[in-house]
Amino acid sequence: MVSPVPKVEIDHVSMKYLTLEGETEALQDICLSIAEGEFVSIVGPSGCGKSTLLSLISGLLKPTRGRILIDGVPLQGITHKLGYMLQQDYLFEWRTIYNNVILGLEIQGKDKRSIRRQVDDLLQRYGLWDFRHHYPHQLSGGMRQRVALIRTLAINPDILLLDEPFAALDYQTRLYLEDEVATILKGEGKTVILVTHDISEAVAMSDRVIVLSRRPGRVKADIKIMFAAGRLMPFATRKAPEFRHYFNRIWEELDIHVEGTPASKTKQLPGQGCPNPGTCPVPEENPPA
Amino acid sequence: MAADLRLIDPFITSQPSVIWQTFQRLLKDGTLLSHTGITVLETTASFLIGTILGTLIAILLWWSDFLSQVLDPYLVILNSTPKTALGPLFIVFLGDGMKAIITMALTISVIVTVVMVYTGFKGVDPNKIKLVRTFGASRLQVLQKVVLPASVPTMIAALKVNVGMAFVGVIVGEFLVARAGLGYLIIYGQQVFQLHLAMTSVVILIITAALLYRLVSCLESRFLRWKE
Ligand SMILES: Nc1ncnc2c1ncn2[C@@H]1O[C@H](COP(=O)(O)OP(=O)(O)O)[C@@H](O)[C@H]1O
Ligand SMILES: [Mg+2]
Repeated sequence: MVSPVPKVEIDHVSMKYLTLEGETEALQDICLSIAEGEFVSIVGPSGCGKSTLLSLISGLLKPTRGRILIDGVPLQGITHKLGYMLQQDYLFEWRTIYNNVILGLEIQGKDKRSIRRQVDDLLQRYGLWDFRHHYPHQLSGGMRQRVALIRTLAINPDILLLDEPFAALDYQTRLYLEDEVATILKGEGKTVILVTHDISEAVAMSDRVIVLSRRPGRVKADIKIMFAAGRLMPFATRKAPEFRHYFNRIWEELDIHVEGTPASKTKQLPGQGCPNPGTCPVPEENPPA
Repeated sequence: MAADLRLIDPFITSQPSVIWQTFQRLLKDGTLLSHTGITVLETTASFLIGTILGTLIAILLWWSDFLSQVLDPYLVILNSTPKTALGPLFIVFLGDGMKAIITMALTISVIVTVVMVYTGFKGVDPNKIKLVRTFGASRLQVLQKVVLPASVPTMIAALKVNVGMAFVGVIVGEFLVARAGLGYLIIYGQQVFQLHLAMTSVVILIITAALLYRLVSCLESRFLRWKE
């Protein structure tokens, strides 16, 4: 295997926000290299700069220092190779579901008949076909989130930046969508950078999990996720023996404090950062090495 | 009824039964239709011009960073004053004749529209703009796909305000110097002491205004269907 140019390269990137109140250092000296087809999750405490990092990679923001390369070429503003799904759906209430989905295609001038068939396909696959003539306010939160996902997928980007795409969903829908999305994206060989606050989601879906430190965000750990059984679907992953080990590793790296208690003592509280405690894996006393 | 019982003086206020007769007479000889037609035409023209011109200027302001930075503070203050407070301005300029009044009415409705629509533009969720920018939208596309459609409710609100303003402007103009229109008919009726004529015109005027307003409301429900 030839060592190829990384799909996304983040080269000593720092970001400071300047506001009237002063400056906020959101990210500090981030170096990351993401290969084509890799599925990478980014976890970290809230406010540590995860969304900022995605905005930088998307080209919406310019880093204060350092540079970002896509396919070896320094990023200059927005590129059509990237699809960026923001943390909220921001559906346009005056457009029908169908017209919301094709927004990106319209803007990029790709609104062609052949692509429309692809969009129809996506709508059917995500169970939104019957709602295509509805308006956003008629849909549930979970459905709206799926519309936003399809809107991002419709422009057929090589690289997907997903900012907590499943955060607003109920647990069942979330598990189902994680499987769906992972199947589609891995099947199509997309490069994915997923921001999440859910450790089990990160472990279940990714090839690699990056842990960021508290603000200013720095890369604290870079963990390869590998299963003896090979690449599994997210749902199956949760049952694999290695799952708890990875869960605990990331939990420790995150170093979450609850009311001043050190992480080592709180880590066995079930359901921390988990929407449905009963179904979340409880970390073991002695994780497998 | 009240007039028949001498509770109020029918010579000054006229009465519904006579108004109805006058209405039928005027309708037959065609006077009514032509005068109403002229007033409606003048009003429609001026509120449409006011709204369109105002919206265009608002777009220009939004587009030009320099203009919006310079004018922004003034527009904010203007927007927070009640629109009806501009009414007395008409009276101040009453003496200046037809042209002045039309110009005045138009100017005020343009200013009101600019302020309302521009404030609407500024109120558009910046995250929606961010969203289209992730797709690589140009400034023109941001305007087309987000700012304008998101501001349709504001533009219709401006249209509603302008209907009222245009009516006042046109009628006052007709009072003064016109040879046609409902305003002229009212003044003429008063001058020749045909108060039935004047009152009939006033009633027609009210009905016409209500109809125009209704029309704009229809437009509103048509364009804002997505609101339920
Ligand atoms: N536009 C902005 N202007 C100023 N500060 C910002 C801006 N966006 C984010 N920040 C600050 O930068 C830090 C990181 O924000 P963000 O990337 O949204 O974190 P996360 O997504 O990890 O929760 C936060 O402290 C936030 O307050
Ligand atoms: Mg965030």
